[in-house]
Amino acid sequence: MSVEVAVVGVGQTKYAAKRQDVSIAGLLREAAKRALDDAGMTWSDIDAVVIGKAPDMFEGVMMPELYLADALGAVGKPMMRVHTAGSVGGSTGVMAAHLVASGAHKRVLVVCFEKQSESNATWALSIRLPFTGGSVTGAGGFFAPVIRAYMRRANAPDDIGIKVAVKDRLNALNNEYAHLKIPDISEEMVRESPMLWDPIRYLETCPSSDGACAVVLADADTAKAVPNPPAWIHATAVRSEPTMGAGRDVVNPHAGRDCAKDVYAQAGITDPRRELDCAEIYVPFSWYEPMWMENLGFAAEGEGWKMVDDGSTSMSGDLPINPSGGVLSSNPIGASGMCRFAEAALQVRGMAGAHQVPNASRALGHAYGGGAQFFAMWVVGSDPRK
Amino acid sequence: MRDFSRPVAIVASASFETPSEPARNEVEMLLPLIEKVRGDVGIDQSDIGFTVSGSSDYLQGFPFAFVGALDAVGPWPPIRESHLEMDGAFALAEAIAVMQDEHIDTALVYAFARPSRGELDRTLALQLDPYTVAPLNPDARGLAGLQAQAMRDSGRYADVPDVPPTYVADGATAVILAVGNRARELSANPVWITGIDHRIEAPALGVRDLTVSASTRIAGEHAGATGVDAAWLHTPYPHQELLLREALDLGDVPAHCAAGPMMVGGLERFAEAARAIAKGEVTKALAHATSGPCLQQNLVGVLEGSK
Amino acid sequence: MSETTEAPGPVTIVETPISLDFEYTPGVAASRFLRSLEQGKLVGQRCPKCKKVYVPPRGACSMCGVATDEELELTGKGTVTTFCVTRIPSPGLEPPYVTAWILLDGADLTAMFLIQECDPAEVRLGMRVEPVWVDEADRKTDLGNIKYFRPLDEPDADYSTYKDYV
Repeated sequence: MSVEVAVVGVGQTKYAAKRQDVSIAGLLREAAKRALDDAGMTWSDIDAVVIGKAPDMFEGVMMPELYLADALGAVGKPMMRVHTAGSVGGSTGVMAAHLVASGAHKRVLVVCFEKQSESNATWALSIRLPFTGGSVTGAGGFFAPVIRAYMRRANAPDDIGIKVAVKDRLNALNNEYAHLKIPDISEEMVRESPMLWDPIRYLETCPSSDGACAVVLADADTAKAVPNPPAWIHATAVRSEPTMGAGRDVVNPHAGRDCAKDVYAQAGITDPRRELDCAEIYVPFSWYEPMWMENLGFAAEGEGWKMVDDGSTSMSGDLPINPSGGVLSSNPIGASGMCRFAEAALQVRGMAGAHQVPNASRALGHAYGGGAQFFAMWVVGSDPRK
Repeated sequence: MRDFSRPVAIVASASFETPSEPARNEVEMLLPLIEKVRGDVGIDQSDIGFTVSGSSDYLQGFPFAFVGALDAVGPWPPIRESHLEMDGAFALAEAIAVMQDEHIDTALVYAFARPSRGELDRTLALQLDPYTVAPLNPDARGLAGLQAQAMRDSGRYADVPDVPPTYVADGATAVILAVGNRARELSANPVWITGIDHRIEAPALGVRDLTVSASTRIAGEHAGATGVDAAWLHTPYPHQELLLREALDLGDVPAHCAAGPMMVGGLERFAEAARAIAKGEVTKALAHATSGPCLQQNLVGVLEGSK
Repeated sequence: MSETTEAPGPVTIVETPISLDFEYTPGVAASRFLRSLEQGKLVGQRCPKCKKVYVPPRGACSMCGVATDEELELTGKGTVTTFCVTRIPSPGLEPPYVTAWILLDGADLTAMFLIQECDPAEVRLGMRVEPVWVDEADRKTDLGNIKYFRPLDEPDADYSTYKDYV
């Protein structure tokens, strides 16, 4: 995009299975207020509000921007709600960035959330449509066969998923907001955990969390005057492809590869593995880390698992993946993509606390959703784009 | 927003509406419209820079329902695409913002719904505060009635009509947008959107003055909606025309009002206004869309023909 | 004597049951498919543009954005391209159960079905399978007419024949 846009505030809620201490509005305000405080702003400084979340049925509120308008200080302002399935946290960030880049607004509050404890998410994810029979339960039931196909394609050793699960949960111990904290996590503990959808085990699966994540996006003039270092948005991209199409590659989706190429080209990146300092990517089942290493061009096809095996994606590796603990540690579905985008921003702002990657100056935020068909990504940097 | 650095025009549109579409699914309903608008300007999906839609999962009765509709677009090779769970008019506003990016010259905006399949009046109750208002199960018609009654009680409106049953119709609308010279290449009569803005009000009916449409007034001002020859107003209920006319200072300006299918009605007003301008019936028009109970959220756009 | 009662404390959840009725229609293309299922036939539909065969059809070839039309009856035999074994309880399904992505002979993308009549440990990539239908008298316009797929006594398909069809 032609106009500079920056992330000047980030706010997250404590992610947990049930946040019964707050209403839906209260959950969002917790994240939004933190983001505003970080940006040194109040509600009245915001020109427009964009919210993003997954299906309305996860809370039972239709078009929640209507209910949330005053809770988010949006009365008298433009307000929108994005819904692109699991990638929504990311695509909301991309759409909001366009609002600032277009010159329409100078300061946009973006809040993504899910309070799935208020409805029955399992029911919502398993609704059997008439005439269609039923052979799948839950997201894992859809992704497990895809993972098996990857394992065959790449001839990957079968402990790669276990290694990712351990790494992300260890990272989460350094994230004050993370839902799952398993201090004694080990490969043996993961291997012994119940197999849910073979080859996916319980401890290789994301939790179901309540939570919200907010960012404040602003134009360059605003960004130069805020109290904390901004994260400059170097590039944004989204891509979608069909759910079922003759010629789709569900294991290494074309849309993901195209989205990555687009975001790297805009950011002037030719060697992503070397030019990015870390990445926060959407890994809801542990095997998706090696798969996304290939889809994002960090590893050649069939070799993504090696980056896990040799420790490249750990905090001490050359490309730490999910220093925050990722989706495997916290998963409020509508927010998870924004958590990735926000954590990437925190890294390049030097504000990731105990899970900071030292000297991170360029990071990738990534989200995906649907049947691995919707992708949203951004590249952020410590300095304005050259 | 006005004075866009990259002016955007509607270059093609197609709409479909029926009291009840029982046979075709959403994809089949959308396909002919999308084929028509692309065909009218002679472009393929691969020529389109950005695609965005408006729809509601709740009207289809299952989560992620909107995903299936994408088949109608034929998103291959993969496309730049987004979706709002709002009336297509808001998707149009999003598209205009995205098209200010110099790499995106054309957009496909569409909206669809088949509310006849469900219980629209009761489904819309779920838009309200889930803890204190929605459980009272007010139907959409009843809420509209509260506003109509407030208007009568205020004494400021003559002849406030009764509130008819909530209008239920199935349908879809598709629109192609293009920027500047690209628009002139694609159409002999591009219709320029010279201003667009939307605003939202508080959800609690008790804190709003239901006898005015404050958000419509603000949106109209920011969109530059003055001196129009005609207005296309989105009115799920007829009494709302009086509120909108007052908020937009329409005076004697003729207004073409319609409810349209849920999620489509607002975008459809833009399509209708554009058709009238393209035919030369009108030079400058205003199009409006609304969302939420009692005109809680309102969008206003200004459309002008080419000089 | 008056009773002292404790303050009830904060409200943590409000239960508000919602019930909405929807009439679901599968669409014109899917209806044709369902009527063939009622006859005990698996019928795919071809995209006039890319010529690929879809089963079950959804109304459009999603790659081309064009309605599928030409119908082809398939034998029902197919190849398992990938699968998973579910071990968690699910309504109407007894764990462990196998969900397989099956490339039906003549089709150009996979369809999901259960695999039964064998130990889950026997299911493998490349396994040849065939559908098991409900009795003719019990057939309806429903994909459930096919109860599941079972192994066929045929050699496994070569990986190269199905690896691109996941």
